[in-house]
Amino acid sequence: MKQITILSGKGGTGKTTITASFAVLAHDIVMADCDVDAPDLHMLLHPQIMKTQEFKGPKLAVIDRTKCTECGLCKNSCRFDAIDDSLQIDPFSCEGCGVCVVVCPEEAISLQERISGYAFISKTKYGTMSHARLNPGEANSGKLVTLVRHNARQVAEKENRELILIDGPPGIGCPVIASISGVNAGLVITEPTVSGIHDLERALQLLRHFNISSFVCVNMYDINKENTKRIIGFCEKNGAEIAGTIPFDPLVTKAMVAGKTVVEYAPRSAVSHEIKVIWKEILSALKGNE
Amino acid sequence: MILSIASGKGGTGKTTVAVNMALSLKDVQLLDCDVEEPNVHLLLHPEINEEKPVYVSTPQVNEELCDHCGKCSEFCEFNALFVTPEKVLFFTELCHSCGGCLLVCPKNAITEKNLKIGEIKMGVAEGVELVYGELNVGEPMSVPVIKDVKKQIKSSKTVIIDSPPGASCPVIESVHGSDYCLLVSEPTPFGLHDLRIMIQVLEGLNIPFGVIINRAGIGDRKIYDFCEEKGVPILLEIPFQRKIAELYSRGIPFVVEMPEWRREFRLLMDDIKGV
Repeated sequence: MKQITILSGKGGTGKTTITASFAVLAHDIVMADCDVDAPDLHMLLHPQIMKTQEFKGPKLAVIDRTKCTECGLCKNSCRFDAIDDSLQIDPFSCEGCGVCVVVCPEEAISLQERISGYAFISKTKYGTMSHARLNPGEANSGKLVTLVRHNARQVAEKENRELILIDGPPGIGCPVIASISGVNAGLVITEPTVSGIHDLERALQLLRHFNISSFVCVNMYDINKENTKRIIGFCEKNGAEIAGTIPFDPLVTKAMVAGKTVVEYAPRSAVSHEIKVIWKEILSALKGNE
Repeated sequence: MILSIASGKGGTGKTTVAVNMALSLKDVQLLDCDVEEPNVHLLLHPEINEEKPVYVSTPQVNEELCDHCGKCSEFCEFNALFVTPEKVLFFTELCHSCGGCLLVCPKNAITEKNLKIGEIKMGVAEGVELVYGELNVGEPMSVPVIKDVKKQIKSSKTVIIDSPPGASCPVIESVHGSDYCLLVSEPTPFGLHDLRIMIQVLEGLNIPFGVIINRAGIGDRKIYDFCEEKGVPILLEIPFQRKIAELYSRGIPFVVEMPEWRREFRLLMDDIKGV
């Protein structure tokens, strides 16, 4: 079984638009939306949820007021400044480490489980999809990403699918690392802007750090063709393969408004054509790796 | 006044708003808290006058004192320690640096050492004081870097915080403690969906907020309907213009070439202060 993650470093470069189109072109794969903070893939693939699973994130410290003598040891020991002067615990800052539980001489503090989100396994027209929703403001999205990927692998084994297509989150931190660990390839979607180039470089460094082969797609390449050339030159020098370039076209937004993937909404457009070329390129490269 | 700028969805124009606003106001300190992919410095080209490493504490086990009782691993909520009969295995990437393993070790066999995970840089450009953080590639935890960036806040100034995308811990850390949050979105289904998530975050944190619609003119009108229904103020619209997009692609803040926008950002700030 192969796995490929679509990532970008910079947000808003078109990861989800492109992933959703790949899902339509692929037929026989499992999809995983690992952008659990702000998942959007479902708005194009319209999954029907078959199974819902609670996700327990970090625990939360709770002080039993009847036992507390207000000695303040918990506040002084907390490295996350989660306990204020009136010894109230800020649930947004508490990481559930349990240091306060250990230092409390009155055994007044305990850790409670909290449900931080939900993981789903769903049917779509294009195959099974594993996705999730982290409750707004919750921590530990990396752990939820790991759960989404675990679920996707189980489905792929059961359905005998050979490829898992992963829509990753922006950035290069914990949830991104969780989205790329152990995959066969990463496709970085970038745009020809100064920020896009900077963020692409860091995303490629991350893939190299974890020894994952990298492909690059320049989206909206005609917004700044000079920068597109720079990106292509940079990739050639750094061993990343250019999988293709996609022009800017307002059709992409129109497709999104219609709740459709661009390859379905405008199958004859240049954008759809390029996406098809890129998908073929990626598939043959993945097969070539065998 | 501490003003944070957030979005949920990435690429909606947080950095564009943060930089152009900073250039339009006086006495501004601009903090780039998107330490995974900081971009503000690419638009401002600051002269860097100070750099500081960011460290986290990680445990170090003295195997001579350790009797492998396993209390540290039992305590660790993040499974960063695994104790075998002969050795303690430590997984740096899972450690939250809470210091609990030191406290529970009955043999005092654990000490802490500093691990550098990134750095913060400080400089000035166009009269704007800039602080930004950079997480080392391969390090998972951005929150300690964000915390160090925020330690540099000078509350006498107008502080503008550019947040990372998403709606989990790095965003919370960035917007926490701000007096007002500007949510930058775009009039598309993804933009609206992720805006709603961020509104829930800000309501949980009790931070007042308003919306800026970027790339106005693309997509649909649903975000306007939503804001009206919810009573969320739309404070500014930035139209979709090829010129703005091209300037951004070259790393030029649009107020530099379209100075009439400076007034818009000053009025925006007056609106926020009025709230």
